[in-house]
Amino acid sequence: MKKLKTTTKIDFATYAGVTLAFLLVYALQQGGSLTNAMKSWLVPICSFIVMAVSLNLVVGISGELSLGHAGFMSVGAFSGIVTAMSLTNAIPSGPVRLLLAILVGAVFAAVTGVIVGVPVLRLRGDYLAIVTLAFGQIIKDLINCLIVGYDSHGLHIIFNLDGLRSVSDLHMEETGVAIIKGAQGAVGVPKLSSFFAGYLLVMVALVIVLNLVRSRTGRAIMAIRDNRIAAESVGINVTKYRLIAFVTSAALAGAAGALFGLNYGGLLSSRFDFNTSILVLVYVVLGGLGNIWGSVIAATVLYILPEALRGFQDYRMLLYAVVLILVMLATNNEQLKALLGRLIPKRKGAKSNG
Amino acid sequence: MKKTLALMLALAMVFALAACGGNSAPAASEAPAEEAPAADAPAAEAPAAGEASGTFKIGGIGPMTGDAAQYGIAAMGGAQIAVDEINALGGPVQFEFQAEDDQAVADNAVNAYNTLKDWGMQIMVGAVTTGSCVAVASEAYTDRIFSLTPSASSTDVTAGKDNMFQMCFTDPNQGKAGAEYITSNFPEAKIAVIYRSDDAYSVGIRDAFADQVKDSIVYEGTFTVDTQTDFSVQVAAAQAAGADVVYLPIYYQPATVILTQAKSIGYAPTFVGVDGMDGILDQEGFDASLAEGVLVMSPFSASSTDDLTVSFVNKFQEAHGQLPNQFAADGYDCVYAIYNAIQAAGVTADMSNAEICDALVAAFTADDFSYSGLTGEGMTWSTVGEVTKLPMAFVITDGVYVKP
Repeated sequence: MKKLKTTTKIDFATYAGVTLAFLLVYALQQGGSLTNAMKSWLVPICSFIVMAVSLNLVVGISGELSLGHAGFMSVGAFSGIVTAMSLTNAIPSGPVRLLLAILVGAVFAAVTGVIVGVPVLRLRGDYLAIVTLAFGQIIKDLINCLIVGYDSHGLHIIFNLDGLRSVSDLHMEETGVAIIKGAQGAVGVPKLSSFFAGYLLVMVALVIVLNLVRSRTGRAIMAIRDNRIAAESVGINVTKYRLIAFVTSAALAGAAGALFGLNYGGLLSSRFDFNTSILVLVYVVLGGLGNIWGSVIAATVLYILPEALRGFQDYRMLLYAVVLILVMLATNNEQLKALLGRLIPKRKGAKSNG
Repeated sequence: MKKTLALMLALAMVFALAACGGNSAPAASEAPAEEAPAADAPAAEAPAAGEASGTFKIGGIGPMTGDAAQYGIAAMGGAQIAVDEINALGGPVQFEFQAEDDQAVADNAVNAYNTLKDWGMQIMVGAVTTGSCVAVASEAYTDRIFSLTPSASSTDVTAGKDNMFQMCFTDPNQGKAGAEYITSNFPEAKIAVIYRSDDAYSVGIRDAFADQVKDSIVYEGTFTVDTQTDFSVQVAAAQAAGADVVYLPIYYQPATVILTQAKSIGYAPTFVGVDGMDGILDQEGFDASLAEGVLVMSPFSASSTDDLTVSFVNKFQEAHGQLPNQFAADGYDCVYAIYNAIQAAGVTADMSNAEICDALVAAFTADDFSYSGLTGEGMTWSTVGEVTKLPMAFVITDGVYVKP
């Protein structure tokens, strides 16, 4: 039998680790030993793992800074909610609607990713960071202008740019339901997301991202990151490969958004603001740029951290920040790295991925 | 290099986070458990049916950190005062109260809710903000936990949930009340509206208001959270449109800017506010004389002189070092309304959550149940969960609220 490459081993260890963690938590959940609070963390953790893994594709693998990842999550969440709620009568099965919502969310986010990416990714320099920063704000404001309702005639959508219209302007039938009420957000959302669906989405995201990274395309993306001129000189189409990474990332973020949105009874567009984008970026940076399994662990730990600190009442967000700083210092400590290198002798710690 | 840059960036954000989380005020539970004179307690007006007893666990959800922290701290602080008073009475019904932080974010609110469920919450006071409350209400509906929100005013909060009740006016009711006041007092008025287009509360009131007086509106200006520091465009446009009444369905912080800028261009219409305007006189750095003649629709005024308000204001000031606003009064009333309903329904603490919930829903919607407290006299609740009470309008005169 041919010997597996180290990267392949790490990938399979990542899949196995996520699956083992899922089975363990699932068994605990079935056994009734999880508290209600822990159960309520499961789906958002899955969403944020997918968010972190997909952002890592842009920031770590492709070497671009994106500051508007929550914008794609928002697009996915609201398009997913509209899909799931408007199909309530047509498709009674919850899981099928969830699947459709996730797919639609991913497609809408991917289309948005193309719109943002095509002009920006042709440029050199840090333009992507600036444009995605603006993009996150624009999406937030656009969704505040969006009023969507559904009745037997189908979807009613108005775009309330001048701020003078409300749900009554949709002119729906008596039985119609308002899905998105502009600034009042999406209301009456059915809770379709489940931990199992979240696990499946995490696995799909990992398979997509890891396979992309290990493929010829992935090597081209990393070549552009490491030296754009050299990559161009061997005939790599720079814009195309950067766009592949960016749009894949956007689509996965959209899927994560749909899963997240369908887990709560109501959702406001202000949830997906700049702070959320930065939060995901913090997950990625703390997990290690380009390190996919690191993102998985960082997202999990850092989502639980502020919840676990609830015992400290009003000081919990302060402590959260202190812990973040300490983790950052510890992971960058040379002595600690050396110690870790001795403990795990075959670790290829010398490889720099910066 | 890139790694260093990324680390620096993330570190900067962490410090920003720390700054956000750091400015927290004393926890609600730190309020001292003072002895309370029984005479101050709002009276139950419903007859007792059976013997209510036991120690009930009440959970509160509101933003204790973050941008909206002032509302959560006020509401939970008010609720804590009521709990301490009731416990000091030493009656058969005692309360344990715990407040959890949701940072005014819906998914955090659900986490807070589940944390409280693990603690053993039987009755919920919350959530304080509308967005959080919509998400939490659907959880509480599934779990059959009786909920009374002090301040989440959207109709979406109670829609389709029989066990979700509100202590505050709904946004549409408030918009209608504002429209009625203006049409009866200023029949020929040309109205301008300036509202915040990315805020559920502001949009909810504006929609109901505009429905009522569509033809009298000569100008509508909008702003968002990112543009609420300068209103020169909106104020000038309202003046150019010839508006003599300006309706402001917004919170008091942006309203102070509007009043200041209107003054600076010599524009002096009648300003009509909503309950979010409460607090404008205490805004730091704001010349309170600019607010003279402003109409505030608030259910509560800290300058009222009745015994109940005076006692509450003193206790709140002792615990928090500032005057209570209407959120604090709503939180206080929530706990007393629940207390009265528990006695009316004869609920005991060893009943299951669903039994308590059904009994309290029946008590709240009963024909003979009414509650008089800080924020209104003879409040009753419909089966939808909306409260019925008279809106109180105050005109700011010589720096205090005066009933017109």
